[in-house]
Amino acid sequence: MQGIIFDIKKFAIHDGPGIRTTIFFKGCPLSCQWCHNPESRNPQIETICVKNNSDETHASAISEIFGEKVSAQYIIEEIVKDRIFYEESGGGATFSGGEPLLQIDFLLELLQLCKKQGIHTAVDTSGFVPFEQLETIIDYTELFLYDLKLIDDSVHKNYVGASNQLILENFRKLVKRHDNVIPRIPLIPGITDTDEALSAIITFLESTKCVTKVSLLPYNKLVEDKLDRFHIDNKIGRLQKQDDQKIIDIERMFSACGFHVSVGG
Amino acid sequence: MKQRIEKLRCQSLDAIPHISLERAEILTDFYKSGQIEKVSTPVGRAMAFEYLLKNKALCINDGELIVGERGPEPKATPTYPEICTHTIKDFDILDSREKISFKVSAKVRSSQQENIIPVWSGCSIRDRILSSVDDEWKEAYSAGIFTEFQEQRAPGHTVLDDKIYHKGFLDFKKEIEDSLQTLDYFNDSEALSKKEQLTAMSICCDALIAFASRYADKLAGLAEAETNSIRKAELENMAAICRKVPAHKPDTFWEALQYYWFVHLGVITELNTWDSFNPGRLDRHLYPFYKKDIADGVLTNEQAREILQSFWIKFNNQPAPPKVGVTAQESNTYTDFCLINIGGVTETGEDASNEMTYMIMDTIEEMRLLQPSSMVQISKKNPDRMVKRALEIIKTGYGQPSLFNTDALIPEMIRQGKSIIDARNGGASGCVETGAFGKESYILTGYFNIPKVLEITLHNGVDPRTGKQIGVQTGDPAEFSSFDELYDAFDKQLIYFLDIKIKGNRIIERLWAEILPAPFMSLLIDDCIATGKDYNNGGARYNSSYIQGVGMGTITDSLTAIKYHIFDKKTLSMPEYLDALKNNFKGFDGFFKQLRDGTPKYGNDNDYADDVLRRVFESYFSAIDGRPNTKGGHHRINLLPTTCHVYFGSVCGATPDGRECGAPLSEGISPVQGADRHGPTAVLKSAAKIDHLRTGGTLLNQKLTPELLGNSDGIEKVMHLIRSYFKMDGHHIQFNVVTAETLRKAQHEPEKHRDLIVRVAGYSDYFVDLGIDLQNEIINRTEHGNC
Repeated sequence: MQGIIFDIKKFAIHDGPGIRTTIFFKGCPLSCQWCHNPESRNPQIETICVKNNSDETHASAISEIFGEKVSAQYIIEEIVKDRIFYEESGGGATFSGGEPLLQIDFLLELLQLCKKQGIHTAVDTSGFVPFEQLETIIDYTELFLYDLKLIDDSVHKNYVGASNQLILENFRKLVKRHDNVIPRIPLIPGITDTDEALSAIITFLESTKCVTKVSLLPYNKLVEDKLDRFHIDNKIGRLQKQDDQKIIDIERMFSACGFHVSVGG
Repeated sequence: MKQRIEKLRCQSLDAIPHISLERAEILTDFYKSGQIEKVSTPVGRAMAFEYLLKNKALCINDGELIVGERGPEPKATPTYPEICTHTIKDFDILDSREKISFKVSAKVRSSQQENIIPVWSGCSIRDRILSSVDDEWKEAYSAGIFTEFQEQRAPGHTVLDDKIYHKGFLDFKKEIEDSLQTLDYFNDSEALSKKEQLTAMSICCDALIAFASRYADKLAGLAEAETNSIRKAELENMAAICRKVPAHKPDTFWEALQYYWFVHLGVITELNTWDSFNPGRLDRHLYPFYKKDIADGVLTNEQAREILQSFWIKFNNQPAPPKVGVTAQESNTYTDFCLINIGGVTETGEDASNEMTYMIMDTIEEMRLLQPSSMVQISKKNPDRMVKRALEIIKTGYGQPSLFNTDALIPEMIRQGKSIIDARNGGASGCVETGAFGKESYILTGYFNIPKVLEITLHNGVDPRTGKQIGVQTGDPAEFSSFDELYDAFDKQLIYFLDIKIKGNRIIERLWAEILPAPFMSLLIDDCIATGKDYNNGGARYNSSYIQGVGMGTITDSLTAIKYHIFDKKTLSMPEYLDALKNNFKGFDGFFKQLRDGTPKYGNDNDYADDVLRRVFESYFSAIDGRPNTKGGHHRINLLPTTCHVYFGSVCGATPDGRECGAPLSEGISPVQGADRHGPTAVLKSAAKIDHLRTGGTLLNQKLTPELLGNSDGIEKVMHLIRSYFKMDGHHIQFNVVTAETLRKAQHEPEKHRDLIVRVAGYSDYFVDLGIDLQNEIINRTEHGNC
């Protein structure tokens, strides 16, 4: 089977345990304003006119093709190449995107191929898919990295472009069926990193009674540069990166409630 | 760091390397005395050594705990006129060159002119070498196909084992006496030459003992005059140490280090050996003394650190002897390659790391000196803690320590015929060279320019730079109908030039054996005493001669590009390709871009390119490995460049991989700068396709951003990266942890970045001391970040 991806990243060290290879699927049902992979949204191969950053003297633009149609066989061969690193470090393959579950059949085939090869699998999902799809891959996924952004639905709708009802409901169902789901919380200054927003997440996570680990993703200025390069209207503006103390405070907030916290993936 | 150590460290950092004629003048006096003509060559050399140690000035720096300098003061650098007699023009160049200069005073200049040149000119071993080698050798040497290590410096490339910690020089004398007693003058045709050799070694023992007592006397004098009672006691103690070692075996930590240092000075005074010499497995050697001293209550942890720090500074006070011409280009650095080994395994194959391993790492981190170099041997048996500690130091961006795979070093040595015990007691020295410490002479004979051989092949044996036919005629490349035909022609040229080099090596080896034996170094290396043979004449238990291949990345990508574009994709014809090379790709913009972005390259875990690498490796290996030298040993290969990839690049026109005319070649086994696009795991996978176990060392440099090692998680992941590479039998890896931005700043404002030490190729150096080409190359090496 073939699928559309936009990148294969080796020596990925923030997408699950150990040294990993991350496969970035193309296509995403959400449109988070802070998305730092805007090229991941469109499910099709596309040509985007981007600013040429390598030319410092004049602002020029070049057309770049994003996305590549590849076979599952090709991807698994690339993944297997780094087996020795996974085995040494306790790593494996991570399927991310975009939303990998949008190409469910392709994803399932890849997960099954990994399982056959004995390679640890992680799926990084937005959760914004029918639950049956998550169910299909449960047996082949050793770790879910599940993005949780905001609990207040009106705010969620505003920044993410969709309701969080399905996301939260899927999360509740998933953690009952799978014992290795780590919520990943992007810390967007003033939006998702407020006490109020984070308390709501903690309350939600506590209510599931199944979650022990959380992963915090501090804000990365990269997004601003990327939006600029892709000529995408920056709705969130130029935000100030959290300082170390702020991150420590947030970490404490979660650990005080009994969660194991990791920062940066 | 205590104030007095800080002062000594600053003194060492601030001292300006300058030429001292002390050694040359004393040696010349001795040669002029006529005594040398009355005795055999080895005895004459031993007497010269004794005369040097008797007459050279002593130097005790304020507050130091380990005494002895090679020159009259820190960074006073001797010359070795019997090896290379510098002309006044050489001195002018040394004095005025921008990088790696040595100040030459007017007095030194005039003494060189009046006292040294008249005696040595035409008689140095350098003169003898250049008049003894064939014309083919000279042609290939001038074309930049290979270099010659022994043309200005003596064969060295050896490291000490633990013998000095069990025996004093009086014990060595006894062994020599026993060996003399067993000589069979009736049946052994070499008995008489052995007698001369052993007598020479015995004289050298006395010489070093006498040298140490001169220091003892001086220390006693200083003690007497000292008013500070603490320092007075210290000086008295040091005087006692110098009376005891090296005559007797050491019993304490302090004695052990002072003993080694006298031995070190002996080796680097006798001759200017390459990779000067070093104590080898220092944590293993020192730990028993440390443990005993602590238990006996005669040493504190703090004192041990201070003595070790003082010891460290001594190395930094001795810049590598001055080099000129091609030799300066192939190894353009003040570093004298004393690569101290820590970690690894014990003689019985167990984890050898101990408390001293960590104390030495603390010293490396705290001293931040150019010399000595340091490395950590990592075996699967060593704890993660040790690797992580090393990475914490590497993260500070100082290029040390480098990391070696014990589990590759040992099988490398066993394949070459060493015993497993000798292999476990060995390690790596110089840049990355594998050796059985205390038992092997593993001479590097010169670098070999593999891409240049392709250039000559593509011109049917002619060097396009000079128009001279220096290779064999292997056919007009336009006539080749397959990649295999081209490759066969390349292989023929390769063998032709390597034959020339090997023949030259044999000639040069004999000259050293006959003219400049090294009786002092010989008594330190097994089995010279037992066999009565000199280190330079096959006396060591193992004798290896290396030819170091340079440009693996460039040659792989060049052959790959030819295969891909001419024979597979038929992008263009051979004449068109040659035209592009001749024009340095001018007017071939489209093709140049294709070469850069659309051609398989080494370093990406892509077998299209990596299969070519495997093939080149096999050709290079089989042309060299196992061919006998004149010392009962064999030729071997290793893959490292020091700074020679810059010189070799300067003699090569544009290469088929898209490298422009004159640009540096790739270094070590690292991919061509910027050719690796898939991150560090892909580089390591590609590099591991070289059969490291059939080499005596490979060199891989990687650049990492400081952020990657910013926290314990990052350090852990990099450790896994290293352990994975070592699982695949990778020999060595080193990281440069500094941002390209910092390097660019240093390039523009060198005065503000004098202390910036970076990894060059198997050693570290001050960034501002590097030539502009090398600086740019380091900046261009791919900077592997994280996500």
